[in-house]
Formats: sequence, C-alpha cells, structure tokens
Amino acid sequence: MSVVVVLIGFSVLVAAGFLLAFLWAVRSGQYDDDVSPSVRILFDNENESDKSNESIANQKQV
Amino acid sequence: MELQKFYYDNKIVKMFAYATLLWGIVGMLVGLLVALQIIFPALNFSLPFTTFGRVRPVHTNAIIFAFVGNGIFTGYYYTIQRLLKTGMASNWMTRFHFWGWQSIIVLAAVTLLAGYTTGKEYAELEWPIDLLIAIVWVVFGWNMMWTILKRRVKHIYVAIWFYIATFVTVAVLHIGNSIEIPWSLLKSYPVYAGVQDALVQWWYGHNAVAFFLTTPYLGLMYYFMPKAANRPVYSYKLSIIHFWALIFLYIWAGPHHLLYQSVPNWAQSLGTAFSIMLIAPSWGGMINGLLTLRGAWDKVREDPVLKFFVVAVTAYGMSTFEGPMLSLKNINAISHFTNWTIGHVHIGALGWNGFLTFGMIYWIFPRMFNTKLWSTKLANVHFWMGTLAILFYSIPMYWAGWTEASMWKQFNEAGELVYPNFLQIISQIMPMHYMRAFGGALYFAGAIMLVYNIFKTVKAGSFVAMEAAEAPALEKEGGMKQGEAFHRFLERKPIRFMILAIVAILIGGVVEVVPTYLIKSNIPTITSVKPYTPLELQGRDIYIKEGCYNCHSQMIRPFRSETERYGDYSKAGEYVYDHPFQWGSKRTGPDLWREGVKTGRNYKPDSWHFNHFMDPQKMNATSIMPKYPWLAKFDIDIASTPAKIRVMQTLGVPYPEGFDKVANDDLKAQAEKIAAGLKSQGIDVDANKQIIALIAYIQRLGTDIGSASTAQNK
Repeated sequence: MSVVVVLIGFSVLVAAGFLLAFLWAVRSGQYDDDVSPSVRILFDNENESDKSNESIANQKQV
Repeated sequence: MELQKFYYDNKIVKMFAYATLLWGIVGMLVGLLVALQIIFPALNFSLPFTTFGRVRPVHTNAIIFAFVGNGIFTGYYYTIQRLLKTGMASNWMTRFHFWGWQSIIVLAAVTLLAGYTTGKEYAELEWPIDLLIAIVWVVFGWNMMWTILKRRVKHIYVAIWFYIATFVTVAVLHIGNSIEIPWSLLKSYPVYAGVQDALVQWWYGHNAVAFFLTTPYLGLMYYFMPKAANRPVYSYKLSIIHFWALIFLYIWAGPHHLLYQSVPNWAQSLGTAFSIMLIAPSWGGMINGLLTLRGAWDKVREDPVLKFFVVAVTAYGMSTFEGPMLSLKNINAISHFTNWTIGHVHIGALGWNGFLTFGMIYWIFPRMFNTKLWSTKLANVHFWMGTLAILFYSIPMYWAGWTEASMWKQFNEAGELVYPNFLQIISQIMPMHYMRAFGGALYFAGAIMLVYNIFKTVKAGSFVAMEAAEAPALEKEGGMKQGEAFHRFLERKPIRFMILAIVAILIGGVVEVVPTYLIKSNIPTITSVKPYTPLELQGRDIYIKEGCYNCHSQMIRPFRSETERYGDYSKAGEYVYDHPFQWGSKRTGPDLWREGVKTGRNYKPDSWHFNHFMDPQKMNATSIMPKYPWLAKFDIDIASTPAKIRVMQTLGVPYPEGFDKVANDDLKAQAEKIAAGLKSQGIDVDANKQIIALIAYIQRLGTDIGSASTAQNK
C-alpha cells in the first residue's frame, strides 16, 4: 500500500507543475483577453490563400 | 513592425497522416480478427502468434498508440505551427519523432506476437521499447517547448495547453509505471507486486485514457471544430476553465478500475469521488464543442467533416458521463469484468477518437494538397456507415454486459446459482458477439472508403510541402525571454546548466530509490503465503506470455455470487509475490484465483488441465478458448531460472540465499512429479515441457490460504 504515497507524490508533483504553469499564464497576461484568441485562429486562412502561390509545391526534402 | 516570412512544414503532417491511415487499417483489422476469434475459436489457428491472448494486445496497442497516437501527431504538427505562427523549432527532432514512433510501433507488434509482454494492460511493451518510448517522447516534447518559445504569437491558444499537459503527464505516467528490473535482454519483472502493482498500473491505465486519448484530442477539437465551422469557439473562457479543471482532477480517478477488489476502501472512494467530479470539466469540453456550432447547424447538413465532429464530441460527452457512472460502486459491481466495459471504451475509441480523426483527415488533406475532397458523397457514406457501426458495436456489448452480469449473479430460491456453468453464459451472449463483429466490419469498411477518398484527393491535388506564411516577430517584454535567448542563456552559463542537469538527475535518482523502499513493504501480512516454486514461477511467466489475463481474472470480489461460484474472496496479502499482478479486467472466461484449491468447486486434476490446454473444445464442445498445443511441444526455458530467482530476490521475494543455483533441481523434481502423475492417467508428456509448468502454476493459484486462515487477514 505504501505505493499510494508515491503515486500521490507523483500526482502532487504534476499538479504543482500545472499550478505553476497556471500562475505563470495568469501573471503573464495569457488570459487578459478571453475573446479575441478564439476569433484570431480563424483568420490565417485568408493569409494562406494569399500566400499559397508563393508556397513551395512538391518540394523534395529529407 | 517588420513582417517575418517563414514556412509551415506540411511534410511531417502528411507523414503522420499516412501513418495514421496505415495503422488505423491494421489496428481495426486486428480488432476484427479478435472479435471473430471469440466466435470461431478455430481462427486462433492453434499457433502461438495468432492466438487471442497475444493478438488482443496488438489490437489495443495498435489502436491507442499507433492509430490514435499518429492521429494526435498529425493534428498536433498541423495546428501548433499555425497557432504559434512559426515552423517547428527543429527539423531533425521532428523527423526523429516520426521515425522513432513508427519503429516503436513495429517493434511493439513483433515483440507482442512473439510473446514478449509485461502482462500489464496498455503497458505491455517490454523494457527496451519502454526506454525507446521515453527517448522519443522527450524529443517530441523538447521540440514542442522550443517551438513554443520561438512563437510569434504572444497568446498560447488553449489547444496548445492541452498538448503541453499531454506531454508532461504521459512522460510521468510512462516512467512511473515502467519501472522494472530486467532479467534478460528482452524481459523484466516490475518492481511493484500485487496490490501495489495494481494501483500503479491503473493510475497509469486510467491516465493513459485521460492524457493520451482525451487531452490531445480536445486540443485538436479546439482547432478543427471552429475552423471547420468557421465560427469562434463558443466560449473561450469555458475552454480555459475546463482545461485546468480537467487536468487537476483526472489524475486521481485511477482506483475506480479496482472497485470491490483487494485495495483499501478509502482509495476506491477517492477514485469514485474524483470520477464523479470529472463530469463537469468533461462536459465543459463537450458543451463548448457542440455550442460552437450554434447558428451554423446548417453547415453540418452539408459538410461531412462537421458531421464527424458532431458525433465525435457527442460520443465524448456520452462516454465521459458513462465513465463516472461506471465508477459508482453499485454500478461497477454489475459492469466490471463484463462486455459492458468493452462497449464503453469503444464509444470512446470509435466515436470520439475515430470520428475526430476521420473528420480531421478529411479537412487537412484537401488543404495540404490545394484541392477539394475527391468525393463528399463518399465521405457522407463513410459517416453514416461509421455511425451505424458504432451502434451495431456498442448496443450488443451493453446487452451482453447486462446479460452476463445478471446470469453471474442469479440465485434460485434454494440459494444456489442458477447458472453455475460459466459456459452457459458464454453461449447466451454469442449472438451479441456476432452483431459486434458485424459492427466492427462495418466500421472497417468505412475506414477503407476514407483511404480511397484520400488516395483520390492526393492524386488530384498538388502537395504544398512548405507553406509560406508571414507574421511580425513577437515583441520582447521586460524579463520575458524568447526561444533563442533562452538557449543562449543556458549555453553561456555552464554553471546554471549544470545545476539544472543535476536537478534532472536527482529526480531520476528519486525515481530509482523509491521503489527499493517500496519493496520492504512487500512483506506478507498472511504468514501462510509463500513464494512461487521455480516451476510455478516459470509457469506464471508462460501464463503472462500467452496473455491469459486478457480473458481470465484472478480477483474474486466479496460478493456471494462470486464466492459461491469461485470460492473464498481475494485477500490483498495473497498477492505479495505477484510481479506483475494478474488480476485482469475482463472475464471472457471464468476467474481462476481459486483454481488450485482442492476442495473448491472449480478444482480439476492435472490430466483435465492437460487435455483442456490441448483441445478445450474436446472437454467442452461450446468452449471458445483457443487450443495451446505448442505448450506440450516447447521446453521450459530453464536456463533463465537462476536470473529470474535473483531478480525476484532483489525485489524482496524471500527465496533462501543461493537458491538461484539449486532452483532448477527443485524445478525438475516438481516437474517429474507432475509428469509421473499425468502418466498414471495415461498421458505421456516430458517433464521439461511448458505445459507442466503452466499446470503447476494453475494448481498453485489461491491455495496459500485455507478458509481457516481467513480470520488472520486483518
């Protein structure tokens, strides 16, 4: 049963990591704007159609 | 601000997409084979590498890690570049990731069929492959973090958070569950035993579902659903909240796989409580996905991509509601060990993972190849076939699960089991297996249509290997470092780099040290429980090798219906020498834990076991168990006995000192005795054959405690 201690330890470690990530995200302003990110991802399509002529078609690479 | 020009690497997306299709077809075909093997035992072909116990892990591993795994990476490489407005940080890491992952898959298929397995579900791969997975995974994650640092968009879109959580958690789970000590180049024993092994395994097993089949796919959903609908996600706020809630809650739910089994009650309750809580963040994802289509439902009528997504997200919602319900003890008492579980996981696999992958593939290919999908009509046919297939698959499995559970538990007025014969129950649900196989075949046929449609689309289009894009560089802010700066920071400061390296090594050290401390607690609480004899140990390894745990449990729950059928319920202290535990999760056949108890209702003599392994249908005409004729042909690998004993000693199993040197004498003596016994029954078999060891192990099962010693177990 002592493995539970280890599992809880692992889990708390992961959770603590996530908590730090969350605090970083909030502090660095990741969530200051919770509307425009969802709209922004829709727009790179326009870019793509403009640029598609420039794209390198069938480029061979290793 | 200056615009920077860069390219999205579509080539890697294409490679992973092709791999997804290839392994998807392979995985589904193998799935169809195992479904048919249950109906027609002859399809096991009496060969070791085509028999259910070895093939079924190939199916599960192929679908989870090859089909869904490559699906994750397809969508991941497509989306992360576009969301961060940058190419991948390292080209060679990207390629290494691809070829590394594919070689893991090939090695997995070969070794599993050859019988190299750890015997732990969804973590069956042996230690060299485990190491390879760890390396490839770290390269994938390193490349991801580096790409994130190089991004040109300040805001990290929610999908990428899901990818980060996936990377971090899968790494921890994989390492945690794979700590094992090798006794040969390809084989090992896990450091955990019995109850501990079960807890670690299902902590891993459940979170593999959470962080391999769920979080990365939610990330994909958050990109492809809005894109396909051309609508922003319903609530970005909700996506953030449910993401953090989901990852904080998921990791505690594992013990719900062990309800009513030999683990402490409080751990079971913990698992149940967190599972119920999980409904909220899970449904947050489903609601967010479906409501993204508000005002756009007309598009669902026309676009097969959206059709697939709608069913995928609905299936996600259904199975994340069903999951918590199955975690309730009273429901789990019915569902566990039955086909209900199989139905449940296939709603997730066929519906959520499968359909999201199909929709994504239909969406990505025309864009990468600058063309239209070859046939929308065919895609629609695929959609309807697939949807019907899911119903044809899951409804019979639910029905079968209920039927099994009811028949297992049915008592008559005299207090006796109404269906004491397990075979009768197997025969009862056989029509359900037929229908399930039909559903699976339908689903497979749909996948073939997908492949054909994509093949035609690819032929019609011209591939854009490197897609040009432009974006301004990310403005530097006070203190915030960008990718290259961070690297230069590491490179210029060797001392800091060294400290970081030491920290990494220390973590590795803790991971190494902790298990040895755990071994000490493997001391039996029941004094009559003794280590396996060398012959039984060899037999146990054959049991694991042939994948017996895929159909037989070794865990009698404390229900009257089970103690009547199988014998005294299982005690935690009985499993202290089981590296790995073999409790199983499904009873296609009966439980075996009290199989060796001479006074038990299931006891059979050695000769019965011999004949049964050779030809189960000869013993019971309606049996669906495969034949194992090679067990009487192949010799026991006695050369491995000393190494096995030594590793067991390291793991704290109290064999006397120097026992490894004499273990084979003990083994031979016991084998001779069994062979002589068989001979007196008219069965002529050499004492050095594998079947002797397996019989020895089976006859040992559950015999360490008599019913009198039950009282000792406090």
